[in-house]
Amino acid sequence: MARVVVNLPATAKRGEIIEIKTLAAHPMETGFRHTQLGELVPRDIITRFVCIYNGVEIFSAELYPAIAANPLITFSTVAAESGMLEFRWTGDNGYAVTQSAPITVV
Amino acid sequence: MIFRFLLVLLALSTTTRAEIPLAERRSGYELMGRETRAMQDDDATNPGMLWVLDGETLWNRRDGASGVACAGCHGDARISMKGVAARYPAFDSSRGKPINLEQRINACRSERQKAAPLAYESRDLLAITAYVARQSRGRPIDITIDPRTKPFFDEGRNTFYRRQGQLNLACTQCHDDNWGKKLVGNAIPQAHPTGYPIYRLEWQGLGSLQRRLRNCFIGVRAEPYPYGAQEFVNLELYLMWRARGMALETPAVRP
Repeated sequence: MARVVVNLPATAKRGEIIEIKTLAAHPMETGFRHTQLGELVPRDIITRFVCIYNGVEIFSAELYPAIAANPLITFSTVAAESGMLEFRWTGDNGYAVTQSAPITVV
Repeated sequence: MIFRFLLVLLALSTTTRAEIPLAERRSGYELMGRETRAMQDDDATNPGMLWVLDGETLWNRRDGASGVACAGCHGDARISMKGVAARYPAFDSSRGKPINLEQRINACRSERQKAAPLAYESRDLLAITAYVARQSRGRPIDITIDPRTKPFFDEGRNTFYRRQGQLNLACTQCHDDNWGKKLVGNAIPQAHPTGYPIYRLEWQGLGSLQRRLRNCFIGVRAEPYPYGAQEFVNLELYLMWRARGMALETPAVRP
């Protein structure tokens, strides 16, 4: 199950700095580990995370093998206008998850 | 090497306090750092919630030959499962022995849903267990020992006090006599199972109490019992009784 959890305030004052927290269920297999039989476990990680606020990219992150499983990414932005925030995670083996959350700016 | 040395020190230490007085009991939560506590406290950052949400999906999904979901009999888990996890392991009269929450869920699957039992420590079993136990968060652990469970409870307690493994250590020597001290940089907790299944940072995932018990067995170089063994359930029963009255934290985060 490609489960993700996004948390941000549903409403904010214009110009207010809001905190956004995201969690994605992912093993983040490094690609450096071996099985007991000596075979390399292939890399399986999230490689990129993007947040788009009303069509504008406001935050992005590149992820690497040293990042823990189920990565928690938190960041902040200025509540500029009401609308939709879209979150996209992409990674190895065709991993692609999109989640969106509305925000009302008063 | 350092680990071995510390364990030898532990084995040689002569101070014995035995059972911790009720008022001095502490959840492992209190021994954690500020960041890890904050991670557990906020559902938006607690990675255990990923399993809880999966568990909610599974709870409502029809399964097995009966085509019934958990919700089909039990309804809304937020109401029907409130406080349930705080009473497990519980005596099962059809089996004549106490069973833990995972076994209860699998019994329901095979007897009511007519579905294949889920493998111990599988993602799905952990998810349903975490979802059910989440409904008891904040509720006090409610284990009472009656004549039916007494023999199993005594077995569990004996395991806790029995020296075992190549290091010849009993659970009590670390968790009753030396809690709060450091072992390889980590604080030794009192071993109260208040938040299972837990998200352990070392595991990078969710795990059951039996997985944690296996870790301790391997740590003292004893051969762990297989998953689901009655010896483990008895030990779980003793540990839950030992933590009676303490609040459940599921899904807890531990280092």
